[in-house]
Amino acid sequence: MIEFKQVSKTFRLGKREVHAVKDVSLKVEQGDIYGIIGFSGAGKSTLLRLVNLLERPSEGSIEIQGVDVTSLSAKELRKQRRNIGMIFQNFNLFNSRTVAGNIAYPLKLAGTPKHEINTRVEELLRFVGLADKAKDYPDQLSGGQKQRVGIARALATNPDILICDEATSALDPDTTADVLRLLKQVNREFGITILLITHEMEVIQSVCTKVAVMENGEVIESGGVFEVFTDPQHTTTKRFIHSVQQDLPSPNVLAEWRESGGGRLYRLKFKGPVANEPVLSTVTAKHGITFNIVYGSVRELEERLFGNLIVSFLGDPAAVETAIQEIATLTDIEEVQEIER
Amino acid sequence: MNVDWTTFWPRIVEATGQTITMVIATLIFGSILGIIMGLLLFVTRQNNILENKFLFNLLNIVINIIRPVPFIIFLVAISQLTRLVVGTTIGTAAAIFPMTIVASFTIARVVENNLVSIDPGVIEAAQAMGASPLRIIFTVLIPEALGPLVLGLTFVTVTLIDFSAVAGTVGGGGLGHIAMTYGYQRFDASVMIVTVLILIVLVQLAQWLGNTLSRKIMRR
Repeated sequence: MIEFKQVSKTFRLGKREVHAVKDVSLKVEQGDIYGIIGFSGAGKSTLLRLVNLLERPSEGSIEIQGVDVTSLSAKELRKQRRNIGMIFQNFNLFNSRTVAGNIAYPLKLAGTPKHEINTRVEELLRFVGLADKAKDYPDQLSGGQKQRVGIARALATNPDILICDEATSALDPDTTADVLRLLKQVNREFGITILLITHEMEVIQSVCTKVAVMENGEVIESGGVFEVFTDPQHTTTKRFIHSVQQDLPSPNVLAEWRESGGGRLYRLKFKGPVANEPVLSTVTAKHGITFNIVYGSVRELEERLFGNLIVSFLGDPAAVETAIQEIATLTDIEEVQEIER
Repeated sequence: MNVDWTTFWPRIVEATGQTITMVIATLIFGSILGIIMGLLLFVTRQNNILENKFLFNLLNIVINIIRPVPFIIFLVAISQLTRLVVGTTIGTAAAIFPMTIVASFTIARVVENNLVSIDPGVIEAAQAMGASPLRIIFTVLIPEALGPLVLGLTFVTVTLIDFSAVAGTVGGGGLGHIAMTYGYQRFDASVMIVTVLILIVLVQLAQWLGNTLSRKIMRR
């Protein structure tokens, strides 16, 4: 669907070169909701703009539905852009046009006949739940309503792809959830492939099927959301996950635990079906030891359960050792190190 | 020696008409040229939709050369050119030519300033929807900047009323001419007061019209 092939983008700021995107290869499949996460300055915004060539790559190519977009003429590119809807953090609506006028704009560009424009605009307004706001101007709307207009406008020309530039970053949590639900609906009902960038792990957690983590212009980790969340490899990824899922007690609490003579702590992860089974109690009972849950959570990700428990084991040290070994065959277990962030 | 007001009124009316003609004609010609130059200045800027270093620098430098020259000096300095284009250096038509040149450069800056204040994100959105640069100019830049632009043009209009009076002193006709010859050179305070009052009324009218129009456009 969308394929980045060893793409790099270098900006020249005076004599200094800024490598905004470095050798990124990434594949977005048809129907994905693909999230790219990174701290500000990681290069994700530039990467997103390479898809519709608002930025041109310095090296590499971008293929959309098998076509190398960098080879398109100016005219072909404008036509291609109608197949890629885009929404923005600050909505970027035309203040001089009404809500209906904003949604009609891309249709006018595409040369759609007037009566078809009217029907399509009405249809889109209904879809985003703003049928009564057609004649309002953007400055009369709330942030969430503005983004709905942005989405309606981006969908007007029936694109195959929707790209979202921090689409929820300017919204409050409730409105964010609304807009994310709408994006999910867009993906499900129209089969539109969505590529979004964000700095909020919550967004990835609640809508994405795949995720790529960016840092200093590079993709440092990518894959299915469940896999990346349950088994992050890179420190930055762990930090992002930590921001939405507190998977460890805070360092202070840990230190207190150690000082008060608490024993060794182990982290257990349960992914998918194993989260439903009483692994801990079965194994500890078998070896005649007991356990104490110090901290933990069970969450749902992509409709699969993911448990994360911090436990200590009480009983004969040798029995504890064999019990741990047995648990290791059933699910992930590791000792909690001194400071882990 | 004071003027005889019973016979002088028609001259005032005629001069007011000349002033209004000068201002409106200049505003029309100056706006056409100024808006084109302002748009060019904006779109040829670095990283803009039709980036062109050469054109931008050329326009920028020319505008910066013309604008600081005091109008009365400019008027005299280009009188040969005025004669060439209009055929004379005296009268209302002869005043409109230099006024238009100065106004168009001023309007170019006003237009550029208003365009710069448009959120670049809006232009980016239009690009992302597949709008061509020309399309963006007519369907995004102009409508988005129109409200403040009208205020800017109002400001220019008020300046033009001032310029018309200056042009009047060197043979351009209009209220300026009357004020100078009768009010200043013949020490007739009544003429001075009447012309100044009319100028004030004209300025107020222009400002009111501009405010109303821009408010309508900006829906505030």
